[in-house]
Amino acid sequence: MNEQAIIRFERVVKRFGDVTVLDELDFHVDKGEKVTIIGPSGSGKSTVLRILMTLEDIDEGVIHVAGKPLWHEERNGTLVPASEAHLRRMRKEMGMVFQQFNLFPHMTVRRNITEAPVHVLKLSRHEARQRADEYLELVGLSEHADKFPSQLSGGQQQRVAIARALAMRPGIMLFDEPTSALDPELVGEVLTVIQRLAQEHDLTMLLVTHEMQFAKQISDRICFFDKGRVLEDGPPEQLFTEPREARTREFLNAFLNPA
Amino acid sequence: MLFGIEWNTSNDWLFAASILPILLRGLLVTIQATVVGFLVAAVLGLVLAALKAARSPLIAWPARALTEFLRDTPLLVQLFFLYYVLPEYGILLPAFLTGALALGVQYSAYMSEVYRAGLESVARGQTEAARALDLSPLRTFGVIILPQAVPRIIPALGNYLVSIMKDVPVLSVVSVLEMLKVAQIIGDRSFYYVIPLSMVGALYLVLTLIASAGVRYLDTRLPKRGLPLK
Repeated sequence: MNEQAIIRFERVVKRFGDVTVLDELDFHVDKGEKVTIIGPSGSGKSTVLRILMTLEDIDEGVIHVAGKPLWHEERNGTLVPASEAHLRRMRKEMGMVFQQFNLFPHMTVRRNITEAPVHVLKLSRHEARQRADEYLELVGLSEHADKFPSQLSGGQQQRVAIARALAMRPGIMLFDEPTSALDPELVGEVLTVIQRLAQEHDLTMLLVTHEMQFAKQISDRICFFDKGRVLEDGPPEQLFTEPREARTREFLNAFLNPA
Repeated sequence: MLFGIEWNTSNDWLFAASILPILLRGLLVTIQATVVGFLVAAVLGLVLAALKAARSPLIAWPARALTEFLRDTPLLVQLFFLYYVLPEYGILLPAFLTGALALGVQYSAYMSEVYRAGLESVARGQTEAARALDLSPLRTFGVIILPQAVPRIIPALGNYLVSIMKDVPVLSVVSVLEMLKVAQIIGDRSFYYVIPLSMVGALYLVLTLIASAGVRYLDTRLPKRGLPLK
C-alpha cells in the first residue's frame, strides 16, 4: 500500500438497505494527485465522494485521510466510531462541489463564500471578504459578488460554488459530477476553471464526471468503478486507449461512440 | 349595564348602537387572547418542531407523543385541566392568561407541523452544502434552513392566527370576558339575544376578513427564495 496516499480506503463496505454500493473497496489517492472516477451509474462513484465529505457513513472498513482515520478515532489503541467533533476536524481537509451547486439561494454570492470562513475559520469579515474577492476573481466572477445565485447562469453558479469550497482552503477538492446539471453550452466555462485549478494549484483533486475528454486532459489517473469496486485504474492514455478489462472497453465504447 | 355603559332598548338600532362600545371591550380581550395565544403557539411550536427533528429518539419520541396528545384532545379539556389543576400545584394564573396559554399550547402542536413541513421543504442539498463547509448545526438551522423556510411557514401560521381567533370564545367557560361572553351577558340582562349575538358574528367576520387579507398580503410580499442575507 502506498505510503504517500492522502486518501486511502481499506475494504470499505457501504450498503443502502439491501443494495451494496461499495463492496470491500480498496482505493487510494496520492497527495497532489488528480484522479477521476468513471463508471456506470450505480457503481458507487458519487458515494465515495459523499463518504469522504462525511455526508454518508460507512458500514465496514477503514478510511484514512491525511494520515488519520476519517470515520473512526483511535482510543486506547483501538478504532472506535468517530465523534462529531472528530468529523468536524476531518472535514476541514476537504471541500466539495456538488452536481446541483447547492448555493444558498437567499445569500448574495459574496455572502455564500464568506459565511463559512467567518463562522468556521473565524476570519474577520474583512479578511473573509478579501478572500472571497480573491477566489471570485479566480473563477472570473468578480463583478457578480453582490448578486443572488438566481441572477446567475448555471455555469456561473457552479463557479461560485467552486470559489465557496476553495475559500476554506482545503487540501483536497471533491467534484461530484460538476457539469452534469448544466446546459451543454455552459459546461466549458466550468471545466476551464477546474482545469486551471488542476494546473496552478497543488490541490489533491478527486473528480466524478462523464466528460471523458476533460478527464483525459486533467487526470493523472483514471479509476473505472464497477459494482462498488475499482475494476481497473491507470493513466488516462493507457486506460482510454488500451483498457485491460472487457467491461471497461464496453463502457468506454458506449460513451465515446454513442450509437 | 355592563362596564358602566347603559344600553338603550327603545328600538333595535339604538340598542345595537348602545351595546357596540361594550362589545368592542370584549373584542379587545378577544384580540389580546389571540395575540398572546399565537405568540405562545409560535414559540412553543418551533421548540416542538426542533425536538421532533432531533436525531435522538429519546428526545424526538416524547415530543411526537406530546404533539399527538395535544392535537387529539379537545381544547376545552385542556383548558379545564390548566384552569383547575395548575392551582393545585400552586400556579395561580388569571383566567385570561390560563385561557391564552391553553390556546397557545394546543395550537403549538398544529404549528409544529407547519414548521416541520416548512423546514423539510428546504432541499436536502442545502444541509449537505452547509455540512461540507463545516457550519455548525445551529448555524445551519438558523442561517441556512430557517430563512428559506420562513416564506413557506408564515402564510400557514397566518391561517392558524385566524383559527385561534375563532377559538377564543371557548375561554368564556372560565369567565374570560371576551366578545361572546360579553354578548351573552348583555343577552341575559336585557333579554335581547339576537342583536348582540348577530353583532358578534359580524365583528368576527370583519376581523377574519382583515386578518386573511393581511396574510395574503404578506404572502405576496415575502421573497420566495428566503429572507435575503447580504
